[in-house]
Amino acid sequence: MRATLVITAALFGLAACGESPQTANRVKQDAALFQGTGKAAPFQAGGWKAGDRTSWEQQLKTRAQQGQNDYAKVN
Amino acid sequence: MARMKFICDSERCIECNGCVTACKNEHEVPWGVNRRRVVTLNDGVPGERSISVACMHCSDAPCMAVCPVNCFYRTEEGVVLHDKDTCIGCGYCSYACPFGAPQFPAAGTFGVRGKMDKCTFCAGGPEEHGSQAEFTKYGRNRLAEGKLPACAEMCSTKALLAGDGDVVADILRNRVLKRGKGAEVWGWGTAYGSRQGGQPQGQKS
Repeated sequence: MRATLVITAALFGLAACGESPQTANRVKQDAALFQGTGKAAPFQAGGWKAGDRTSWEQQLKTRAQQGQNDYAKVN
Repeated sequence: MARMKFICDSERCIECNGCVTACKNEHEVPWGVNRRRVVTLNDGVPGERSISVACMHCSDAPCMAVCPVNCFYRTEEGVVLHDKDTCIGCGYCSYACPFGAPQFPAAGTFGVRGKMDKCTFCAGGPEEHGSQAEFTKYGRNRLAEGKLPACAEMCSTKALLAGDGDVVADILRNRVLKRGKGAEVWGWGTAYGSRQGGQPQGQKS
């Protein structure tokens, strides 16, 4: 009888040990944007090389100037 | 490269909603969700102004601060993104955001809030760049394609500028110098912490 009680108590006592943690998962890692999508033109803009950060940054700066700076076009 | 930023030039915005349409089309945003929208101030009154509003990708983003599951992250370019697999749709970010950027699709039968959706600066999310999974969850990843956000590129009057903060600030500065007015950039101080005209020293926004 006593042994049964001890085993039962031990089982209850250890029950929490089997629980999996319920903490939120960490955010998945996101690759750097200059790595590109791996797709060919026309889905990927020309004028830069995927994986080359400098050329990607220059591409975005050039695109911003050419596409959005109308004073540069007109004057 | 400086941080990626949006500027809406209220002197130029004509409330055409081209930016809203471009965004919805590019990312196939569902009914009931508008990642970008045009707000008109003093509508019908002479001198009314319209501004295009979306997530401003704040320097010190309140949404990131209040998220209980820490689903937000910031890219090296300063774009604030989130992981929909981690988001629990609690809505805290929508209460914290000064721009009303976080959106919640009514996904369930009884209008249950789904995962939060917001402007990604056309930078996708934490999935493989250009993959179907990324497109389905976050929309197209134009930055990884070497392009700028569709809303700004489609803006007919170039009121909405997006890109490297130094470049877009330089474009606006040039405009202001030429026309001699309209230097006030709505939301800039709130999002990026810079001092605006007429604002006392030491105030963030």
